[in-house]
Amino acid sequence: MEQIVFVETKKLTKTFGTVKANNQVDFDLIKGEIHAVLGENGAGKSTLMNMLSGLYKPDSGSIKIKNEEVSFSSPKDAIKKGIGMIHQHYKLVDVLSAKDNILIGKKGKFFLNKNKSFDSIKNIANQYGLPIHPDKKVSEMSIGEKQSVEIIKVLYSGADILILDEPTAVLTPQETKKLFEILRKMANNGCGIIIITHKLNEVMTISDRVTILRKGQTIDTVMTKETTPKELTDLMVGESTNLSIDRPIVKRGEEILKIKNLVAKNKDQVEVLKNISFSMHQGEILGVAGIANSGQKELCESIAGLYKIESGEILYHGENIVGHKPVDIIKSGISMSFIPEDRLGMGLAASMDMINNYLIKEHHNQNGIFLKRKPIEKKCEEMIERLDIQTPGIHHPVKELSGGNIQKVLIGREIDTQPSILVTAYAVRGLDINSAHRIYDLLNEQKKNNVAILFIGEDLDILLELCDRILVMCNGSITGIVKADETTKEDLGYMMTGNMEREGIFYV
Amino acid sequence: MFRMVKRVHISKRKSMMIRLSSIFFALLLSSFFIGLMGHEPLKVYSSMLKGAFGSKYRMIETLKIAIPIIITSIGIMIAFKMKFWNIGGEGQILMGALFATYVALNFEYLPKAILLSAMFIAGFIGGGLWGLIPAFLKVKFDTNETIITLMLNYIAIKFITYLQYGPWKDPSAMGFPKIKAFSQGAVLPKVFGLHMGWIIAIIIVIIISILMKYSKWGYNIAIIGESKDTARYSGINIKRTVLFSLFVSGGICGIVGFIEASAVNQTLTPLLSSGYGFTAIITTWLSGLLPSIIIPVSILFAAMVKGGSFIQTAFQIPSSAANVLQSMILFFVIGSEFFIKYHLKYMGIKKGENL
Repeated sequence: MEQIVFVETKKLTKTFGTVKANNQVDFDLIKGEIHAVLGENGAGKSTLMNMLSGLYKPDSGSIKIKNEEVSFSSPKDAIKKGIGMIHQHYKLVDVLSAKDNILIGKKGKFFLNKNKSFDSIKNIANQYGLPIHPDKKVSEMSIGEKQSVEIIKVLYSGADILILDEPTAVLTPQETKKLFEILRKMANNGCGIIIITHKLNEVMTISDRVTILRKGQTIDTVMTKETTPKELTDLMVGESTNLSIDRPIVKRGEEILKIKNLVAKNKDQVEVLKNISFSMHQGEILGVAGIANSGQKELCESIAGLYKIESGEILYHGENIVGHKPVDIIKSGISMSFIPEDRLGMGLAASMDMINNYLIKEHHNQNGIFLKRKPIEKKCEEMIERLDIQTPGIHHPVKELSGGNIQKVLIGREIDTQPSILVTAYAVRGLDINSAHRIYDLLNEQKKNNVAILFIGEDLDILLELCDRILVMCNGSITGIVKADETTKEDLGYMMTGNMEREGIFYV
Repeated sequence: MFRMVKRVHISKRKSMMIRLSSIFFALLLSSFFIGLMGHEPLKVYSSMLKGAFGSKYRMIETLKIAIPIIITSIGIMIAFKMKFWNIGGEGQILMGALFATYVALNFEYLPKAILLSAMFIAGFIGGGLWGLIPAFLKVKFDTNETIITLMLNYIAIKFITYLQYGPWKDPSAMGFPKIKAFSQGAVLPKVFGLHMGWIIAIIIVIIISILMKYSKWGYNIAIIGESKDTARYSGINIKRTVLFSLFVSGGICGIVGFIEASAVNQTLTPLLSSGYGFTAIITTWLSGLLPSIIIPVSILFAAMVKGGSFIQTAFQIPSSAANVLQSMILFFVIGSEFFIKYHLKYMGIKKGENL
């Protein structure tokens, strides 16, 4: 049987600022196949898909759709070519019915023939066994149903190339199974399906081929039948960098923080922390590995007293601090720096200068109505000197500094509070290697000063080299706590994806 | 061809230049409109100035309008700095006036200084409580403060109207629905020909400027306005700060109520706030939330109002036409905010975009 190539990209490159999000990416999709795109966060999966769906324009390289070279200037062009994207966050209008949502943006006459549309929607739904009623309001739908509406929406617009961005992230196992059946049916009916995911077991179940991206580059494309989860993990995490990170040997001190059976729920009453237990020691860096949104943020906020805790204990020097005010927790010596995607949203006041940003933590220690800024000025000058922060001066708004320098301000401030516990999340996010190493050095200095550090990271290589122990989270649970020098990346990969073929190892 | 590009940083001077040039363009465009009505634009403009500042009397009249605008602007500025959109200045003014009036009518026998001080405090508390309601609902139930503060305005107006027609109706007014006039002891004295509200205004501006700039409270407000997440992460008690700040914000508006009731109307009427609560939103915004800038902006605004009404009589221009002039200036000045946030970049011929 001859293969019809639906999508073919050649040397696709896209740069954001100084970051090459996609670097010479080759990718192809054949009619009737389900093609998984696998990669860590920031590997360039979304960038690639956004170029295919017309949201981004490539800097260089070519995209061929059905053997025709294309240049999309908007998603509309991509839709015309039969490409339909189903985003991770559904783009539906809650107050409208399924039918109205599907008809939004469709070309037609001034008046819509709603009966006819009703029938054709019903047809598509029946054909693939998508259980929706066209007149049901989106606000009354379950997550699975909403996804069905999204799928019908792209099918209705005539798409035969479907891109699904982490479609199972929010689904229950049952819904996932159902979705996979539908996807398989669509592929058999002649669609080409791209599915972005980082769940290995799903890749193995659903896909025909897998393309692995790492740091913006295509690493390999393999037939799913001929590969194993282990091989995929290897390809996904790649070789370790040559620049090694110090791990000074410090005698592990006494236990300073102990978390016992911690449970927390989010606004929707979903458990985001499931029975978490671990302990932190002085003079030790405890790494936290895990896929994004596995509960890292909630864990940080729980320790800092910012997240509502359902049950369980957080013992600091043996005293339960659950329910303590955030200010008191800060004053007692627990410091947290959480660096979000946009880097400035939490922890720093973007348009303020360094002094005011330094004061964010410091002002709790000042008494009286008025703030003393003079002593802070000196501390800021010292910090610039010590951490080699590149800035026009202490009165310059921090948002205008480069990423690495912003991070230095943030972490430098936290360190200056002389904490006994330092919680840092994504401390090197978006930094170049040198700036990142400066941050590691800073953390190691703190470790030598007998501080207990919780280092939430993204890059497994770094976690393995920097940390003493690594705690692995998956979906709100701890799937293992391992000694870094006795562990491999593969082990971590297994635990991160919740693959329990190997027992989680708990080194306490 | 052109693209909006967000400005990373803009100097104070440059943003001021943009605002000033917007006034120039507004006047330019208004000139055509005035010409269309058969008047000479320059003459109209100069007599607008004359109407506002032409004599000592006119200057005092202008300042009489500027005082409540200044104080109200300071009040709502505190809320705006937290990105809490308090558009309930009207209601807070009226409630302040109501509380002050209660004191004025019931404790007439007190010595003047004590009575006025008591009215001042009552006004502050009245406005403060009215500001506390939306703040409480916001922190407790996350309600939309814009709607709540707006609606509270109408509740305040209607409540005072009820008092005017009902329990507080002056029996000696021969059936007229009005609240009893204040005794002389409850009227703010004049200093240099103008009621001493101007001194109160200056003191409030100074105190709030200092607090905003140097106090912990002002700092917390600024952080909350900058980023709620940052405030949360740094352990600031957001709820308490919002509640306290809105009490002060409403309270300062309430002081306006006291001044207007005592010095201007010498009684309580539902019309006493004269839209200052809304006007102040504009002046606060135009001042860039800076207390020191609020004074000149408010005086200019008052001059525009006063000058506008002067040209109505001087040139027989209908009042709606004078309003068009005022609106034109406002429209341009507010529109100029766009150019402060963004600048237009000429992109040449469409080619590979990079964003």
